[in-house]
Amino acid sequence: MTAVIALVAGLLFGLGLLLSGMTNPGNIIAFLDVTGAWRPSLALTMTAAFAVAFPAFTVARIRGVSLRNLLIPQSDRFRIDRPLLLGSAIFGVGWGLSGVCPGPGLMLLAGGDSRAYIFVLGVAAGVFAAGRFSRLRNGTVTGDVRTNRPTA
Amino acid sequence: MGGAAIPVWHSLAGGALIGAGAAVLLLFDGQVAGISGILDRALHGVLGEQAWRVAFLAGLLLPAVILGTGPVSWQASPGVLGLAGVLVGFGTRVGSGCTSGHGVCGAANLSPRSIVATVTFIAVAIVTVAVVRRVTVT
Repeated sequence: MTAVIALVAGLLFGLGLLLSGMTNPGNIIAFLDVTGAWRPSLALTMTAAFAVAFPAFTVARIRGVSLRNLLIPQSDRFRIDRPLLLGSAIFGVGWGLSGVCPGPGLMLLAGGDSRAYIFVLGVAAGVFAAGRFSRLRNGTVTGDVRTNRPTA
Repeated sequence: MGGAAIPVWHSLAGGALIGAGAAVLLLFDGQVAGISGILDRALHGVLGEQAWRVAFLAGLLLPAVILGTGPVSWQASPGVLGLAGVLVGFGTRVGSGCTSGHGVCGAANLSPRSIVATVTFIAVAIVTVAVVRRVTVT
């Protein structure tokens, strides 16, 4: 059942990315290009996503368990540390260079785009490098493969 | 550039679907729709009770497989794209999230951590685009 719900959630998410045009790198760069031909579409999409997700996250935070009584892992909402800032800045450089983030990158690959595989291979290499980096730093695995904690 | 402007209702309805996907996963499964984290753990082959991650990715990719992704205007050469991919993969794991995990879910959870992350990656991306414009124009 958990996997069936996850499949439906993924479908909604993927259809939303397609409909909003956020799988097209040109549309992402158009939002980020504030000194050029700026277009606000991404901000509209983020606002609509927030409007729908906010009540759900608020209810979930208060309840502490899902509607199927599955425990919702609590994230450390206030931990603002160097890995968070450094990692987000590095992601920002990659996102600004390409106009692609992980979800759309995977979707472009699945859609059969011949160039997307270069990006996704890069992402996979970066993910594995980050695992090594965090083990070197503090002897633990980033992203909590072991503890299954939420990452955001 | 990115071709024709996107109709406003596409932006809003698409965003609502994205928010609905995140809401369904959280309300019923108690999980956060952070794509970089889901991908990370799916790549590491941690399955079993985590099979929901593979199911979520399958759902995410199915529309692209069936409908295609429409017009794609790439903004970077293949070499830059590969480098960008490495930075995206590395950065999102060190920073524990990407546009979906921090930008959609974390922000909707009013998490200061995610809001700081989101402001950081959007600001850095805006500066990156401005620098790329300057370098490529002159």
